Amino acid sequence: MEPILDIKNLDVKFALRTGTVTAIDNLSLSLAKGERLGIVGESGAGKSVMGFSIINLIRKPGYIANGSIYFRGEEISRYSEEEIRAIRGNRISTIFQDPMMALNPVLTIGTQMTEAILAHMDMTQEEAERIALEKLAKVHIPAPEKRLNQYPHEFSGGMRQRIIIAISLLTDPDLIIADEPTTALDVTIQAEIMDLLIELCESEGMSLILITHDLGVVSEVTERIAVMYAGRVIETGPTEAIIKNPQHPYTQGLLKALPESRTPGEPLYQIPGMMPTLTDIPPGCAFNPRCPMRGEICITKRPEAAFADEHTGHMAACHLVSGDLAS
Amino acid sequence: MFAFTVKRILQALFVMLIISLLGFSIKHEFGDPIRDMVGIQVSVKDREILRETMGLNDPFITQYARFLKNAAHGDLGTSFFYKKPAMHVILSKAPATIELVFASSLIVILISIPVGIFAAIKPRHWFSRIAMGGSIVGVSIPVFLTAILMIYLFSITLGWFPSYGRGETVDLWGWHTGLLTADGLRHLIMPAIALSSIMLPLFIRLIRSEMMEVLETEYIRFAYAKGLKKKRIWFIHAFKNTLLPVITVGGVQLGIMLAYTILTETVFQWAGMGFMFLESVQRSDTTLLVAYIIFVGGVFVIVNTMVDIIYGLVNPTIRVSGRK
Ligand SMILES: Nc1ncnc2c1ncn2[C@@H]1O[C@H](COP(=O)(O)OP(=O)(O)OP(=O)(O)O)[C@@H](O)[C@H]1O
Ligand code: SF4
Ligand SMILES: [Mg+2]
Repeated sequence: MEPILDIKNLDVKFALRTGTVTAIDNLSLSLAKGERLGIVGESGAGKSVMGFSIINLIRKPGYIANGSIYFRGEEISRYSEEEIRAIRGNRISTIFQDPMMALNPVLTIGTQMTEAILAHMDMTQEEAERIALEKLAKVHIPAPEKRLNQYPHEFSGGMRQRIIIAISLLTDPDLIIADEPTTALDVTIQAEIMDLLIELCESEGMSLILITHDLGVVSEVTERIAVMYAGRVIETGPTEAIIKNPQHPYTQGLLKALPESRTPGEPLYQIPGMMPTLTDIPPGCAFNPRCPMRGEICITKRPEAAFADEHTGHMAACHLVSGDLAS
Repeated sequence: MFAFTVKRILQALFVMLIISLLGFSIKHEFGDPIRDMVGIQVSVKDREILRETMGLNDPFITQYARFLKNAAHGDLGTSFFYKKPAMHVILSKAPATIELVFASSLIVILISIPVGIFAAIKPRHWFSRIAMGGSIVGVSIPVFLTAILMIYLFSITLGWFPSYGRGETVDLWGWHTGLLTADGLRHLIMPAIALSSIMLPLFIRLIRSEMMEVLETEYIRFAYAKGLKKKRIWFIHAFKNTLLPVITVGGVQLGIMLAYTILTETVFQWAGMGFMFLESVQRSDTTLLVAYIIFVGGVFVIVNTMVDIIYGLVNPTIRVSGRK
């Protein structure tokens, strides 16, 4: 089956005053219709930049330097401003991390919902309001009729995130990109929002890209995972394979750092060191300064993605996996 | 909103009380009501009797209370020079000043909003660069210099506009307006531009920087992610948020503009309150001078209170906190 989204060899760069840095490096990903993909990695891995590059909304001075993004078979990364606008919020919706910041404080919920419909569909204000009410009900907002005239500050964080999800549903999109949709919320509300997202994806047949730094969350929500490190996908495969049989030492470290895998009585494990900044990504394997398995070759040669299991598509970019380094 | 409005009005009354206390102190210290009333022929002894009967030897507080009571009835004393109630003199001069401030504000609003927005959304455009560069120069030239240069260029050299006075005015139910005659408008143009010359660059810069800040917010990015058209994002989403701080500053600036009318009106011999104020200083007409301070202070406080209330109407967050 033809994938709904197919990213090929994507490079995203930032033209900084001090020189150009590469935030996304030769990234390839694909997503089937109705599939849920998790993008995981520590802060600064390039997850958000990747997500926004799909709808060509990278913050300046970022730009797509290379590669292509096929959406429903069409190359959208070279679309004009007007062409990509017709896709944004229409076929591809985005859910932002902080619901407190994503809604305009001086416009009513009704305005912020109907405008998103009217930007893409030819219909009357009344029809748009009817759709807005329908979607608010779908995300379980009580008494939706009363909400349209209210302003964002009259809602709690969880309610706002529901409203944002309702906004993302307005045009029945093919794909939703959710960038850390629950990080800013209370723990109790996090699970509710995640459940809602899965429920909606299943009932509406939408694809989902879930960006998060929490491997625990993606393992429950997604069918496939891509682990990112320093702008690259370093491991990808079915969720189960990644969780049960991680190949890349970085993925292994992330799993070990989950609170669930903590041995009672011992402190929570942390991968030593930090994600490198874009200006000094180490040569060879970008993870090598933090890697417990590092060998000679890791410092000089950059590992290419190699199959761990050709059948399931489980791949990892590590010399251990390609066989260049004996474990 | 109601509680908020009441609170603001109480604050305004308090500020007015302070201004009146200040004004009265000036009058008490420097004014000489006896001189204002009688000629030099009156003897020292008679003056002292007059002083006693007028209550000028009463304690400060008693006199201040009397002053307040009269002020509450609109009586701010009698002008020594005009031999008329100070309030009448001020009110007869007010239309000229109000029209001048109005015209200047109009110029500031009509120019700063489009230019500020443009400079924010197209910061690299040549027009934005010129506007920003020009505004730096603009704020640093004193008003009276602008006024004098304008008179030199447009009145003396080119002869396009008259250099002083209000020109022909029409009496509209006691309000002498220059807005309805071609001659009045011709006289208004230069003073209005001169007066707006300090505020205009300030507002362009303010609107630009507020707008640029708003354009970087998450909700603007979200608006883009929804696929809205740029025009809607700029003029509905961003501009409305830009307006809030601009309204607040705008109120204060309007008050400052009143102060600058003293300079502008003097240079252009514009028969308004500012010109009158300077004359009353030269004539030691303390009563009129203090009346002016209290009147202008009152206008300033009223404008600011109204601005705050309008702000509350535009900003839903304030409206609700006031509702509690
Ligand atoms: N506007 C920008 N200018 C310069 N560099 C940027 C900009 N935006 C992002 N970057 C850089 O790109 C890299 C990836 O950032 P990104 O926001 O995608 O990380 P992330 O994986 O989403 O992290 P987080 O979990 O903190 O959201 C970071 O090193 C960041 O410094
Ligand atoms: S390539 Fe080498 S340094 Fe990189 S993850 Fe594999 S073993 Fe570690
Ligand atoms: Mg991010």
